[in-house]
Amino acid sequence: MDQKSLRILEEKCIQDCAPACTAGCPAHVDVKKMTAAVGNGDVSTALEAFMRAVPFPGIISHVCDRPCEDVCIYNEIGNPIAIRAIERTCVEQGSRPDFNKLRRPQRSERVAIVGGGISGLTAAHDLARKGYRVTVYESADRLGGRLWRADRNYLPAEVIEADLAVLPDLDVEVRLGTEISVPLTELRAEFDAVYVATGAGEAGVMGLPADDHGNAVVDPITFSTSIDGVFAGGGLLWGPEMHSSITSISEGRRAGISIDRYLQEVSLTASRTGEGPYESCLYTDLEGVEGRPRIEIGHPDDGYEWYEAMLEAKRCLQCECMECVKVCQYLEDYKKYPRKYVREIYNNLSIVQGTRHANRFINSCSVCGLCAEVCPTDLDMGEVVLDARRTMVEQGRMPPSAHDFALRDMAFSNSDKFAMAKNPPGSDSSNYVLFPGCQLAASSPGQVEKLYSHLTTSLSNDQVGMMLGCCGAPANWAGRSDKFDEAINRWRQELESMGNPTIVLPCSSCFQVFKTALPDIQIVSLWELLDDKEIVPEPATGEPRTVSIHDPCTTRHETGIHDSIRRMVDKIGYEVDELEASRERTSCCSYGGHTWLANKDLSNRIVERRINESDADYVTYCAMCRDFFAAKGKRTLHILDLLFEPDVDVRATRTGPGYSQRHENRARLKRHLLRDIWGETMDGDERFEEIELRMSAEVAASLDERLILIEDIQRVIEHAERTERRLVNNETGHLLAYTRPEAVTYWVEYLPTDDGAFEIFNAYSHRMEIPGSDES
Amino acid sequence: MTTGDGILTGDESKWRCSGCDVPLVISKVEVSYLGSSFPVDLARCPTCGLVFIPEELATGRMLDVEQQLEDK
Repeated sequence: MDQKSLRILEEKCIQDCAPACTAGCPAHVDVKKMTAAVGNGDVSTALEAFMRAVPFPGIISHVCDRPCEDVCIYNEIGNPIAIRAIERTCVEQGSRPDFNKLRRPQRSERVAIVGGGISGLTAAHDLARKGYRVTVYESADRLGGRLWRADRNYLPAEVIEADLAVLPDLDVEVRLGTEISVPLTELRAEFDAVYVATGAGEAGVMGLPADDHGNAVVDPITFSTSIDGVFAGGGLLWGPEMHSSITSISEGRRAGISIDRYLQEVSLTASRTGEGPYESCLYTDLEGVEGRPRIEIGHPDDGYEWYEAMLEAKRCLQCECMECVKVCQYLEDYKKYPRKYVREIYNNLSIVQGTRHANRFINSCSVCGLCAEVCPTDLDMGEVVLDARRTMVEQGRMPPSAHDFALRDMAFSNSDKFAMAKNPPGSDSSNYVLFPGCQLAASSPGQVEKLYSHLTTSLSNDQVGMMLGCCGAPANWAGRSDKFDEAINRWRQELESMGNPTIVLPCSSCFQVFKTALPDIQIVSLWELLDDKEIVPEPATGEPRTVSIHDPCTTRHETGIHDSIRRMVDKIGYEVDELEASRERTSCCSYGGHTWLANKDLSNRIVERRINESDADYVTYCAMCRDFFAAKGKRTLHILDLLFEPDVDVRATRTGPGYSQRHENRARLKRHLLRDIWGETMDGDERFEEIELRMSAEVAASLDERLILIEDIQRVIEHAERTERRLVNNETGHLLAYTRPEAVTYWVEYLPTDDGAFEIFNAYSHRMEIPGSDES
Repeated sequence: MTTGDGILTGDESKWRCSGCDVPLVISKVEVSYLGSSFPVDLARCPTCGLVFIPEELATGRMLDVEQQLEDK
């Protein structure tokens, strides 16, 4: 990820965009902050937020034309939030912050403001706070300009006076009753900069270039005129028809920024996006939000009582997007949102020396794509995360423990223990080849045998081959492009040697791998094949019941698969109570992306969240989804259970096999298939595999929890017994030995039994190297 | 994990080397991970050098240090 792509990603996330009210306000009042504070009864914090944008809060909270309320998204469900009335309560009830404390040191440059209306006074206020020496020329005998023409009940005189009292505090020099009769060039010669804000229809008089209507023409961004150092804004630009105090304030402030930059001799135009009103890019979902009635005010000229303002402020929806965070436990767990996350990932990848705090975050995503599905701008954190993992691998900075277990599992599946590719007996090519994947074979090897038998029978005019192995998905999730390409190339070659059959895929992760990495080969989802060819096996049970379907996340955009599954479930005679988050909105079981390996606590929360979405039994068509849900006590069926198993209740509550048993099941499946279908035997086991182990259920569960396999233990015992390098416990007589086959050192506490087996009492492991641990 | 930093659990007195039939003694052992190595006081056989790492150490502080080093 370079800086440019970081910025593109950051901009894709709209969570930090200003809400409609703030964006639509020419002065960008932080309405969310203000209403949140008022809602909490903290009017002073609210007033401070208001006054950061508006120097004359009393006036604005009386006469603002309220563009914020026009664009407030509450309009879609009711009356908009009464923002101006809330502002007025803040002014009446809150204490004004002393911004003078923040006043910068006095500077020597002098600025003339021509016109004491609200635009000129805003510029005067801002520039005086920046330390400039400001003189205001006003032709009338008081400041305020057009404000004095308003109805006094609507805008009381004391409100104007209270607001303008800030100017003497800022040492602004005011010359009332003073008409500027000299040309602006002369005034400019006397001052370092001039802001002309004399109000509508004065452009010609002041000698500024004007349009056909007599309105002054200025640069729309900087408010500079054709005269160097002279700026103009306010009513002078718009003519007498339009009047908006908040726009006057905005223009006075923006002209003030330009004058400051002009006097400091820096660019007037750099980074000036988002000034003035604009359309918000924030998305806020209003589904399910019920509008509540506005708290009404007794008389239009009156304000709220403080408690009324509080109630009204609480009506504010506090607009935000958070669409992805709402649906994803992972994004929620880390308590931020993608705009922040992509920056953290970028920083993590850029660290040369120091702790990489985001490693675990990067390795915890299930890359399921749900965030992109719900994102208004399609930002896919999964893609960002996978890219980051590949970079970490390239940099040599992927934590070795993060994906190691899964990669070794993949290596096992693609070793001779499991992997094979066979045409049907007596044929030297295939039209179809069943690729059950590693986990269906590990979880339900018997069903794979039944499935193969069913396909060869029902596709009797075709040659149906069998290919066993792991597609390579774990390598992809681990950022290991080398191992992924190796797996893919292997399958490409195997398929070629079988005459390029159509590959039949029960597992949707395999389906996505083959679909994206080998786009030129023919693939078909097993479920669509069964459905399309009308060869769905006659179910062993048809007892009607209601189930919810959990679509595996890798089928997200595979509508055809979703439909086929539902037709099959219907045909079996089951009612479907659809989960709210199904099909393209489905969520991952936490197997994807190795969340379960990188972050066990998160994985548990993900599973709990999903299994509690419905009380009905779940039906799914991914072995890992099924086993993960069942492990937490959720009755979950694989659709093959419905087709091939007579006792569905037993299948629904079955706990999936442990990690050692998964290896064993894969190896056994291959052995059975070779023996029963091809009449072949497998090569002999290695020496250590003949070691027979006994252990209690508690010890077996502890091994699984610690990701220690039977074969790891067999290796330690074989080594210890052969070399006699082991410790003995003085009290129990137990033996303790260790060895390090590859990257992990395994410790096993054991005793030989009378009949030549070994009883296991405990096992643990570490990755740190100690002398003399290597296998020899 | 630093030298002699409270990693001895007392369990080491229960074990002796089976092959050499001698009690274990505490000595400095160089452990390493991801290019970093440091001396640690561990129980080991004075004759053949076989080391004892108790379960609490492997699954506790050793794991913590491994994870810290993985994030460096």
